[in-house]
Formats: sequence, C-alpha cells, structure tokens
Amino acid sequence: MFENLSEKLDKAFKILKGHGSISEINVAQTMKQIRKALLAADVDFKTAKSFTSRVQEKAMGEKVLTAIDPGQLLTKIMKDELANLMGSEQSAISLDGSPTVILIAGLQGSGKTTFSGKLALSLKSKNNKRPLLVACDVYRPAAIDQIGVLAEQVGVDVYQDRENKNPVEIAQAAIKHAKTNGHNVVIIDTAGRLAVDEQMMKEIAAVKSAVNPNETLFVVDAMTGQDAVNTAKSFNERLNFDGVVLTKLDGDTRGGAALTIRSVVDKPIKFIGTSEKMDGLDVFHPERMASRILGMGDVISLVERAQQQFDEEESRRVQKKIAKNQFGFDDFLKQIQQVKKMGNMKDLVGMIPGMGKAMKGVDMDDDAFKGIEAIIHSMTKQERENPKLLNGSRKKRIASGSGTTVVEVNQLIKQFSQMGKMMKMMQGGGAKQMIQMMKGKGGTTGM
Amino acid sequence: MGIFNFFSKDKKEKLDKGLEKTKENVFGKISRAVAGKSTIDELALDDIEEALITSDIGVETTLKIIGKLEERVAKEKYINTAELNDFLKAEISLLLNGGYDEIPKVDGPYVIMVVGVNGVGKTTTIGKLAHQFKQQGKKVVLGAADTFRAAAVDQLVIWADRVGVEIVKQDMGSDPASVCFDTLQSAKASGADVVIIDTAGRLHNNVNLMRELGKIRNVMAKVIPEAPHDVMLVLDASTGQNAIEQAKQFTAATEVSSITLTKLDGTAKGGVVIGISDQFQIPVRYIGVGEGVEDLQVFNKNEFVDSLFN
Repeated sequence: MFENLSEKLDKAFKILKGHGSISEINVAQTMKQIRKALLAADVDFKTAKSFTSRVQEKAMGEKVLTAIDPGQLLTKIMKDELANLMGSEQSAISLDGSPTVILIAGLQGSGKTTFSGKLALSLKSKNNKRPLLVACDVYRPAAIDQIGVLAEQVGVDVYQDRENKNPVEIAQAAIKHAKTNGHNVVIIDTAGRLAVDEQMMKEIAAVKSAVNPNETLFVVDAMTGQDAVNTAKSFNERLNFDGVVLTKLDGDTRGGAALTIRSVVDKPIKFIGTSEKMDGLDVFHPERMASRILGMGDVISLVERAQQQFDEEESRRVQKKIAKNQFGFDDFLKQIQQVKKMGNMKDLVGMIPGMGKAMKGVDMDDDAFKGIEAIIHSMTKQERENPKLLNGSRKKRIASGSGTTVVEVNQLIKQFSQMGKMMKMMQGGGAKQMIQMMKGKGGTTGM
Repeated sequence: MGIFNFFSKDKKEKLDKGLEKTKENVFGKISRAVAGKSTIDELALDDIEEALITSDIGVETTLKIIGKLEERVAKEKYINTAELNDFLKAEISLLLNGGYDEIPKVDGPYVIMVVGVNGVGKTTTIGKLAHQFKQQGKKVVLGAADTFRAAAVDQLVIWADRVGVEIVKQDMGSDPASVCFDTLQSAKASGADVVIIDTAGRLHNNVNLMRELGKIRNVMAKVIPEAPHDVMLVLDASTGQNAIEQAKQFTAATEVSSITLTKLDGTAKGGVVIGISDQFQIPVRYIGVGEGVEDLQVFNKNEFVDSLFN
C-alpha cells in the first residue's frame, strides 16, 4: 500500500544511517527528504510542513543527538508522530438507533455504492444485522440498478423508488419501510457530488437533517491529491460527518490522503476498501498503518486475517493426517485454497516485514497456484491419496490432462514431498504454525 | 478565441469557470508571492513552490520549473510580476502536449478504446463523446465491454438511448474481448464511422486485469487489424501523484495514445496532467467539466495555460 513512501523514507533515513551521530545539519537534510516524500505521497502541503517541523523539533529536543542509533530513535519519533496524525486509536461505527441509519456521501466515483454493498455484507455477516440498502442516487444513469445488483450479490434487501426523484422523500420512506419490515440497519447510498455544487450540497444536508443518521460516512478515493483537503473540509462543514472511508487502497497509491484527512477535519478513518470484491472491506488501524509506512510491515493484520480464514477444525484434521503420514494431494489443495481465501497474494506478501521492498516490481499473480491446481485436478482419487502411485505413465497422463509438462508434474511432486517432511518436522502445525512463527518473528523485526 | 471557433462562447465560459479555482489559486498565490518585491527571494520561491504543489503539479515538475526560474533570476538579477507570469506560462506550456486531431480517415470504423482506474468517469465520458461525434454527423457504435461492475452495461445503455446511438452488449460477466469482437464486427458490417469501447475500471497494479486489456486489443485486431486506433486513458482531475503511475502502467499495457481529464468542474486542479504529458508525451484530448451531455470539451494547451494565468 505505502511501498513507495516507505522506499523514499528509507532513502531519507540512509542519510542518517551513514553518520555515527547526528547533527542539526543532517536532521535538517533528512527532514527535507521526508517532506519531499510526503508531498510526493499526496500529503497536503501544510500537513507535510507542520509534520516535519514537529518531528524535527522532537528529534532535537530528545536525545537523538547522543543516541547510539539516531536513525532508530528518529524512526520511533516519526512513527509515533504519524500514528498521532492519523488518530491514535481505531474507531468503530455506531450501531445505535432503531433502526441504525447510516448515510453515505462523497464525490463522484469515490466508491460509495461499492462501499455500501460491502458495509451491508459486513454488518450482515459479522454483526448479525438485517441491513436495508437504499438507492438515493437519482441522477447517475443506472445507479439504482447498480445498488440493486450489489444488494442481490450480498443477499440483503434494497429499497428503490424509480418514480421518485427526491432523495429526501426516498430516504424517509425507506426508514419507514425498514421499521415495518424488521430491518435494523438502513444504509443510504447517495449521488456523487462536488463540494462546489451548491444545490447538490444543500440536497445532501437536507437528507441528513431529515433522517438524522446515527453515522454519516464520507467516502474518499485514496488516490486523491491535494484536493482531499478542500473536499473533506467542505463536506465536513456541510455534514459534520462522523467518519471517513478510504477506498481503492488496493492500488499502489502512496495514500497521502490517509495522513491528511484526519488531521485536517479531525475525523477518524473508519474503514478502508481493499478490493472490488464484496468482502474487500477492512477496519482502519492507524497504528498499523504508521508501521507500514515505515516499512515494518503489517504483521498483525496478516496474522489476524489468517486466523479469520483458517478453519480451526480443518487444520486439526490436517494435523492428524500429517501425524499419521496420510497427508495427500487433496489436503494440499485445500491448504492452497485456504491461502487463496486470505486475499490477494501481493497484499499478503506486502504485509510481511521487508517483503514490500523485496517484491517491488515482481509480478505476483493470483494465478500462481493455477498450474498446481490443474495438476492435482488431473490426478485420480487414488493418486491424490497415495502419491507413491505416481509412475512415469501416470505422470505423462497428468501432464497432458493439466496442460503442463512432466517436468512440472515432477516438480510439484518433489515440492509436495518436501513439504510433507517439513510439516512432519513441525509436528503437524501446517500453515497455521508457520503463521505463528512469523508472529513471533514480527515482534522483533524493526527497521 | 477566434482560432477555436468550434468552441462556443458558453463552453469557453464553462471552462473558465471550471478552471477559475485553479486560476485563483496559482495566480493569486504567486502574485502575492512577488507583490511589492523587486526580486524573487527564498520566501517568494517557497510560495511559488506551494502554489504549484497544491495544484497537484508534483514535486519533480515543480522543482523543474523552479530550477529554471532560479537560473533565470540568477542570470538577470531582476524579474517582475508580469515577467514571472509570462515565464511560468511559457514553462508550463513547454511541458504540455495538447492539441486536437480530427479523427483521421481510416478504412472502416475508427476504434477508440477507453481505459482507466475505477470511478474516473469512463462511461460518462463515452456518453458525451458519442454525443459529440453524433453531432458531427458520424455514425457511432458503443461497445459495452465493462461486463464486471454492477449495472455498468445498463449505464451505457441509458447513455446510448439518451444520445441516440447504437450499442452492442452481452450479459454481465461475459468475456469483454468477445463483446469487443461483436462490436467491431457489427460496426464494420453496418458501416459505422466510430466505435467507442467501454472497459471495466481496473487498478493499474492488478497484473491480471492489465493483461486482459492486452487480450482485448488482440481480439479487436482480428476484426480490424489497426484497431484500436486510439487508446484513451481517462484520468480524474482530483487524483494526485498516483495518476503518473496510472499513466505509466496503462501505457505499458495498452500503448495509451490520448488522455481525457475529467471532473475539472470541481475544486481539483488537475495539475498532475502537466507532468504526465511531459513525461509520457501523450496529448491531452478532452476535459470533462460536468455531468451533462455537453460537458466535454476539446482540450487546448494554450487555453488551458491561458486560463491558468490570464
């Protein structure tokens, strides 16, 4: 996510690393580099300026000058300051109210409708709610259809009124509808609007005062440039929103908006969007993001995500099999599918400390497993259970069945047997144990 | 603006209005930076830097411009406000590749493939573009190759109806390359002048989706060997420095040949396009200044810069 920024900061810190001790001059030089990096990351001009001068002040005030490792101390100061800037703790959305009313607002193309769908899915599956999606974008062609399709995809109800062109009335009617139909959350998706469009800004303010939402969320594209400040300010003045949703963070944007918005409007970032898929919604952790910017990876996120996706029962079953030496290709296939469920490979790799940089420029394919899967799918049930059966002619058949070569099939068999040995050595922990190993390691990995 | 007679007066006003914020910002700040001063001092340079950077012109391009300004000041020892304006205007003009080419005569339909990240305004731009071509008396066919995003096809169908042009579509989830194949065949058979292909928004760092664009291209070439004649990258004016990366990746994947800059009617400055145009030598063809069918304008470098500094 923040690879580029981390890279630039790395460069800035290198200036310090070369020096055994630190002087006012090289702090100033480093700060200049850092400021440049922040600006290139689309951090607002003023925020970048005040941020660097605050860090510089702290650096000079603290014992950086006499510290054994000035670079490390400066990193700590930066990290604390960054976390501070982005809000020091995670903040959830309010689910008060009966029903809870959530109003979604933002510019055109920021991802409001997609976010609405994701939020509905998340509230339904994680909070056991019965959300109602409301189509209040009466302007953009097919916007009403879009939210209808998403509602169907995530399995929630939608309130649409194609005849009515008044968002205030639609929103009010939707809440009434929710009450009589047992929906405990109402998510109101609105049209995209520019902050300078007086009429449209009046309209959204009217919707807000009519429905009195428990939560008003401002959706903003993570790729937004210097304009983020103006837009966030204007929307905040009009709506006094409760939180920010930062979308499209699966891109390679340097994400300056994340750093800026909280400090400018003093509102927390509550969610981040990380994929076009409906489950691509994550809670924003400022502390983790600060670590990530400084190249420390996001080990905690990785571990949590892994734990969420790994089926406890399944891993116990696999453990037993490994212990009994019965681990077959079918189990291997299941493991691969679990890893895939954890998300985009590139994302996962990026979360491992140090890997973000190492993997830069390397194409990480989500298809990386496709060949392996094809080969396993071309095996018979007996072959999958008992890999020893695989002789020359069977391998030939598998290769032609999976569109690969015998060499590739051999490679997979070799990897598989190595993996089996390794797992046996670990006394049956599988991927989960590896994650735990990583967790332990992550705690001691610094810059 | 006599040279640009295809620019109606109210269109020009809309551009000015859209760019007004940019104008106030850059020009206002720079005037303040040099007002009452006979030379450009450090402080004034800082203010110019701020003005350029807050317009999303970017650190590199800003430093490039300021470097040249410093050279000039060092040489001439004196520069006044008017000279400064002229200087900045000239420098920015040098970086921009603009200009509009009439659609060249080709054998069969002229195919435009529209690409970009999610939410930049591809479909809206296509609707407006189709309208423009239709106004010019051309027969237009749209290809709904965004088969991924919910209701994207419906959205384009509404535009096609509104503008009164033909559209070729398949079901949601079908292969976009196959939609393009159908579109080009149908356009060829019906003797269309222009084909505009809508593609799904994709983030430029998504390897598979970028590859898909290559596949779409190859399939098109099976029907019309030179197609697409134009690969148009749509950029959102409110996007910051990431737009440079977008331009880079899309160019690598599909040989982008033109840029349309959308949402210039907001407070966003769109300054990033200056650096992009400079770095990749891609002309900016159109700008989007509203959601209406008429709100697409031919980009003109001189007008763009004039609107910034006059």
